[in-house]
Amino acid sequence: MDLFLIQLTVFVLAVFVGYHVISKVPSMLHTPLMSATNAVHGIVIVGAMLVAGAAIGGAIGHAIGLAAMILGAINVVGGFAVTERMLEMFKGKAGPGQS
Amino acid sequence: MNVPPAVLTVAYIITAVLFILGLQFLSSPKTARRGNILAMAGMVIAIVATALDTSIISWTDILTGAVIGAPIGFISARLVKMTAMPQMVALFNGAGGGAAALVSSGEFLKLLNAGTVPTLAQMVPIVLSCIIGSISFSGSLVAFAKLQELMTGRPITYAGQQIVNALVLLGIVGLVVVLLTGNATPGPFIGLIAASLLLGVLAVLPIGGADMPVVISLLNSFTGVAVAVTGFALNSTVLIISGTLVGASGTLLTMLMAKAMNRSLANVLFGAFGAVKSSGPQTAAESSGTVRSASADDVATLLAYSRNVIIAPGYGMAVAQAQHAVRELTQNLEKRGVDVKFAIHPVAGRMPGHMNVLLAEANVPYDQLHEMDEINPQFESADVALIIGANDVTNPAARNVPNSPIYGMPILDVDKAKNVVVLKRSMNPGFAGIDNPLYENPKTMMLFGDAKDSVSKLAAGVAAS
Repeated sequence: MDLFLIQLTVFVLAVFVGYHVISKVPSMLHTPLMSATNAVHGIVIVGAMLVAGAAIGGAIGHAIGLAAMILGAINVVGGFAVTERMLEMFKGKAGPGQS
Repeated sequence: MNVPPAVLTVAYIITAVLFILGLQFLSSPKTARRGNILAMAGMVIAIVATALDTSIISWTDILTGAVIGAPIGFISARLVKMTAMPQMVALFNGAGGGAAALVSSGEFLKLLNAGTVPTLAQMVPIVLSCIIGSISFSGSLVAFAKLQELMTGRPITYAGQQIVNALVLLGIVGLVVVLLTGNATPGPFIGLIAASLLLGVLAVLPIGGADMPVVISLLNSFTGVAVAVTGFALNSTVLIISGTLVGASGTLLTMLMAKAMNRSLANVLFGAFGAVKSSGPQTAAESSGTVRSASADDVATLLAYSRNVIIAPGYGMAVAQAQHAVRELTQNLEKRGVDVKFAIHPVAGRMPGHMNVLLAEANVPYDQLHEMDEINPQFESADVALIIGANDVTNPAARNVPNSPIYGMPILDVDKAKNVVVLKRSMNPGFAGIDNPLYENPKTMMLFGDAKDSVSKLAAGVAAS
């Protein structure tokens, strides 16, 4: 149960860090914020790797691992790529490449 | 490879720090790209560290999955139109939720295969992650289908809907009890996932298209929480931290969106807003009841000889693909010395901040985009408020008609400007189906037609003035 308490501490602290950091993001950037956080929850791919790589055995084990990897990879790669694409469009008045 | 676990732990800490810094850099458009790159670096570190984990004994499924998933993610991210960004985000979100549920299912299978009876501490996070991840997965798919117009964007309601939803929820609770009271077998587990997937679908069906900003934010936070709970199941601190960051972000955005519509979250989720056409007269008493229609030339002249123009864009502008024409109009006005600003309502578009992205794509500099609270006091001194494809967010009924469905919603004070010009396709009511007394205001001119076409005419008219 000790381990659980440590995890719980981390979780509670992360709530506050998250709230603090996110509340500073201006509404102008809320769509990129959402797609960036989308990419961040792609960290589940780490779990997918552990499940897919553990060779749990059986067709079901393989199917679960493979499906988790596919979804995780879509999430990570797509999330970061789409965020990058949006952010490169945001230009200030004096910004370079201004048409 | 034999890497000491401490090295992996340090790598995961670095990942968590990079994620937090990355999100912090999103607080300004100047540093936002750097933020995304930092977060990306964090992800790469986590993936490399995991690849060194000794518990990985087979690479076939990992590599096959990556080879299939990565190009799908990348290509769709490059090809998606900015107007379709909400459904793209919904899809990626659903993918994350689904992955979380699958990872926990895999964990469950591992425990079963080990032949031991799973403990309560092991089962609780697995069960929670499966429920939340599955709801997020199927809910996001329905949100995608609605936004992509694969199905109607209107709320889908039927008699006894909430009873059905309550029954499914009860079923989930029942299965959880079964699973946690020493009966951790595949049967109820599969039932739990099926019921959760069903609940995700049923919960999003009655929510209308105009409420999608709230739903997408909420699903975003669901996936975050699902990933955090998966972290508890896998004893992975980095999953807990990252998932929680996303959960906090999604929750915050959900609250902001609900507030911007003056509705409680419960009302958005269960209210089936816009399902019924508004009944009874809602027009304000002072309106004359007549609508003044103007020609593009009249409006172009008015704009050309103004000093300050504030443009209030709505989703209709994006649907008509008028953003680039709007940018051209802005440039032509600025050449004449007219000051042009954009007033962005928090729920303009189909997800939080959507309108800013659409205008950024059309090369409108972000310094010209102003949030509602910042721009509202400036309408009084504006010569013209130009409304392009926005309706409910400019509806004065929100201010002074207590029986209006949108009463109390904060709106853009466009009617305080000296002149109001509304670009609209026709007199049809907006997404929420509510009459807008602004159109009958004596200082309002209506310019009917396709937004892109009208704005192009205005741009040409201003250039010729």
